[in-house]
Amino acid sequence: MSRPETTAPPELFYNESEARKYDSSSRMIKIQEEITTRAMEMLGLPNRPCYILDIGCGSGLSGQVLEEAGHYWVGCDISSSMLSVAAEQDSDTGDLCHADMGQGLPFRPATFDGIVSISAIQWLCYSNAADQDPKLRLNRFFSSLYTVMKRDAKAVLQFYPETPEQAVLIAQCASRVGFSGGIVVDYPNSSKAKKHYLCLSFERSYHVPRALTGAETMSVASGGAMSMAGSAAASAVGTFDALAAASGNVSVLGRERDEKTRRMTKNGRKALRKKHSVEWVRHKKEQMRGRGKAVKNDSKYTGRKRPTPF
Amino acid sequence: MRLLTHNSLKCPVKGVAKGYPLQLTIVDMEVDETEVKPDFIRGILPSLEWEGVLVAAAAVGFDGLPESWDTSLLDDRDFILAMHRLLIDIHIVEGVLTCPETGRTFPIKGGIVDMVLPESDV
Repeated sequence: MSRPETTAPPELFYNESEARKYDSSSRMIKIQEEITTRAMEMLGLPNRPCYILDIGCGSGLSGQVLEEAGHYWVGCDISSSMLSVAAEQDSDTGDLCHADMGQGLPFRPATFDGIVSISAIQWLCYSNAADQDPKLRLNRFFSSLYTVMKRDAKAVLQFYPETPEQAVLIAQCASRVGFSGGIVVDYPNSSKAKKHYLCLSFERSYHVPRALTGAETMSVASGGAMSMAGSAAASAVGTFDALAAASGNVSVLGRERDEKTRRMTKNGRKALRKKHSVEWVRHKKEQMRGRGKAVKNDSKYTGRKRPTPF
Repeated sequence: MRLLTHNSLKCPVKGVAKGYPLQLTIVDMEVDETEVKPDFIRGILPSLEWEGVLVAAAAVGFDGLPESWDTSLLDDRDFILAMHRLLIDIHIVEGVLTCPETGRTFPIKGGIVDMVLPESDV
């Protein structure tokens, strides 16, 4: 199944019927609720009603979670169809705004106590028109984000990177405008449950929240462990410093096999048989026997290191 | 669109010096009655653009607001209530926001304000 981002620009992809489908899918509702709840947990808002900006609010699924938590919110989205669906909610504390985040968020400086974004900012990486440059859009977005947040506010932006390079690109852009923070990857070993959260703050001393790992035992066959900071830990967390160090060096590590598995594969076995070792000699003799050549029988002296050179 | 949102908006056109407060022209509005959250009002008061509040109040015909506010008003129960009624309970359903610098207009339709610009202006 191709990603929505490669199908059409968001204002066209999320047309009326797609918006309806999105909003009425119980699976989508559940996932968005979970992600929003997790994002709010990571925001660490004070225990009072706050003023939140929901970037890429879509049909208002995340806004509902914000409202239930007692906050006032403004949601912006580029799809009019999605916003129409959201408007039907008739929210008591939320407002909607048709805006393109890639043009810069149209809000006054130091307005919001917190920022959330659910499954939206990866759309900035795709150019939908000849005059749209992803890097420019990312820069305008993050610069404006920096401005509209109050000094003690944080931003938690959940997104779906197509590749590790895309995640690094997004994170680096955030870092360049002056944010502290990094990417938290929940459930890094599950292709379905894996979620990326870009957590941003103004504090130099900010530490991103700890990632969720799910089951602690990692089966040998599990794949997809993505390293953001060069460490293949069960919970992959990339801080901006580590990302800067790894920039240009990002690679998908593929499957992290343990020593035992490695030795059992064909290449692993070859590596064990170092040339001219006892195992190698025995293996070669077996090979020659297989070809029907005359080979001396094996004995305890086979492949033994000779005591003195001739 | 609530007047709190109006107070938060800024004109996103490139090169704009300030871009707020946006002028407000109302074609259709509704008045709601929702639960007052005094903590929230007290929390946002310091960061409101007061000039924008006065612009909004004038547009909807809301009288009685002071020219400027001070922290003693935070304890004034009636003032908090009035701010809630103005900023939260009034909804602009149809109208226009206008940038004081560029004259660019942003329509409000079905309660949703349209801030999307053509690429050339960003």
